[in-house]
Amino acid sequence: MIISNLQRVAAIASVATLGLGATAASAQDMPELVINDEIAITTHAPAPAYLENLDEVISGWVFRSTETQALQMDDFDNPGMIFVDKAIDAWDKVEGTAGKSCAACHTGGPEEFAGLRATLPKWNEEKQALYTMEDYINECRTERMGAEAWKWSGADMTAMNALISLQSRGMTINVATDGPVADLWEQGKEIYYTRVGQLDLSCANCHEDNYGTMIRADRLSQGQVNGFPTYRLKNAKLNSIQGRFKGCMKNVRATPYKEGSEEFHALQLYVASRGNGLTVESPSVRN
Amino acid sequence: MKRKAFLLIGATVAFATMAAAEVVAPGDVVFEDGGAVAQSLTGVAGDPAAGREIFANRKLGNCLACHVNADLNEQLFHGEVGPPLDGVADRWEEAQLRGILVNSKNTFEGTIMPAFYRTDGLNRVLEKFQGKTVLTAQQVEDVLAYLMTLKEE
Ligand code: HEC
Ligand code: HEC
Ligand code: HEC
Repeated sequence: MIISNLQRVAAIASVATLGLGATAASAQDMPELVINDEIAITTHAPAPAYLENLDEVISGWVFRSTETQALQMDDFDNPGMIFVDKAIDAWDKVEGTAGKSCAACHTGGPEEFAGLRATLPKWNEEKQALYTMEDYINECRTERMGAEAWKWSGADMTAMNALISLQSRGMTINVATDGPVADLWEQGKEIYYTRVGQLDLSCANCHEDNYGTMIRADRLSQGQVNGFPTYRLKNAKLNSIQGRFKGCMKNVRATPYKEGSEEFHALQLYVASRGNGLTVESPSVRN
Repeated sequence: MKRKAFLLIGATVAFATMAAAEVVAPGDVVFEDGGAVAQSLTGVAGDPAAGREIFANRKLGNCLACHVNADLNEQLFHGEVGPPLDGVADRWEEAQLRGILVNSKNTFEGTIMPAFYRTDGLNRVLEKFQGKTVLTAQQVEDVLAYLMTLKEE
């Protein structure tokens, strides 16, 4: 299945990309992603055993054009880093009724959170809930700082998320799928394979059955989330995982779930676990 | 749209009224074994020129999302999720192509190709598209007429 997919890409690529300045790399030339000549990113990894239909998991970076790929290879070229800089300022900013900044409590700086991103989303025992980065950040803001919650996909949130995620860049994604999250994982899987919308398509129809092929001007990836928050050239800002899910659902003319909803948490867990073995790339660059 | 099609074939008002009454509702389309649909959805001949535009239009057929079609080479981007449609009329009968447009799942089990004239059995459809088909009955006939021009032999 995968082999034939790739062969098809190779066979059709020469025809289909006529007129496209830059051809996205097929998995055959296997470009390597090393950031700042220093951080090696695993762009291909053996698929976890629970992915029955995939042999290999592949970073979305692989499917982008050479120009877009290049933007992620050096932090000076990565437009997402501008937002990380903004978050460094926000880190020290006192906000809320407790009169505290993030720095006031997290005295080790954002570096304290090295490793966290690679495990998210994960079960929060105290809250008895599946927690994403957004949940952690907003819990500190509302319960510890007495500040207002940030909007799920707002600029403050995606930037702070990127700053914290950056501390895990290059680390191997290792999201737990069992124990207290097992039911949510099943729920997420169900959503992933359910056809929705007027166009009646599931995530799997595009990102599992057809990755590597061109869908009009876009080369389909596996829809991995290891690079989020993602800077998109299309909207020139950092994008959240659930915001991206929303966009894909709207494209098939389906009513998206709400950001922060149980359904999107479950889906995020499942999709994140499909990237186990890849590495954290945040903030990645995509078109 | 409908009026344009009628004008093109120079129909009288009386005929137009009659034809409009004959539009087959999405739930009433009769499929043969193998997924073909023999009966026209409108009774009005399709307009291949209109069909060509609907084929390329991202908000309508958006067929180029998934199909290469050399006849539309002026359009930069052609997807490759489905087979190239060059010479498709040599491979399929008109009724089969109509069936593929209405609901290709009756021809290709489990296909990714959307059904263009169907409203039942869908989940979570965005409100503004609820109860609506991707293409109107006449648009299906127009695209069909266009597909029938894609011959190589
Ligand atoms: C009043 C003190 C306080 C402030 C201010 C604060 N935090 Fe926290 N934060 C905590 C505590 C306590 C925890 C829980 C630590 C634990 O469980 O290890 C925590 C946990 C977290 C975690 C999850 C860490 C993990 O490994 O599970 C993140 C992420 C985080 N904070 C980010 C922030 C950010 C970003 C800000 C500023 C917007 C902030 N915090 C402000 C006290 C604070
Ligand atoms: C009609 C096909 C289609 C469907 C169905 C679809 N997507 Fe996508 N998705 C795309 C395209 C096109 C892109 C941009 C190119 C790429 O990365 O595949 C994309 C991108 C993504 C990305 C960003 C990948 C990256 O590397 O940054 C994620 C994540 C994603 N999709 C998740 C999903 C999820 C979850 C679903 C189901 C709710 C879904 N998609 C359904 C077409 C689709
Ligand atoms: C989301 C992708 C997608 C879109 C959009 C799409 N198709 Fe398809 N189409 C396919 C696939 C895939 C097949 C192959 C059938 C299969 O095995 O699933 C196919 C098959 C066909 C065939 C049969 C071709 C042959 O040679 O066997 C025709 C005709 C066709 N499509 C016409 C159209 C038209 C016309 C449109 C627009 C109104 C369209 N398709 C839109 C994916 C798509």
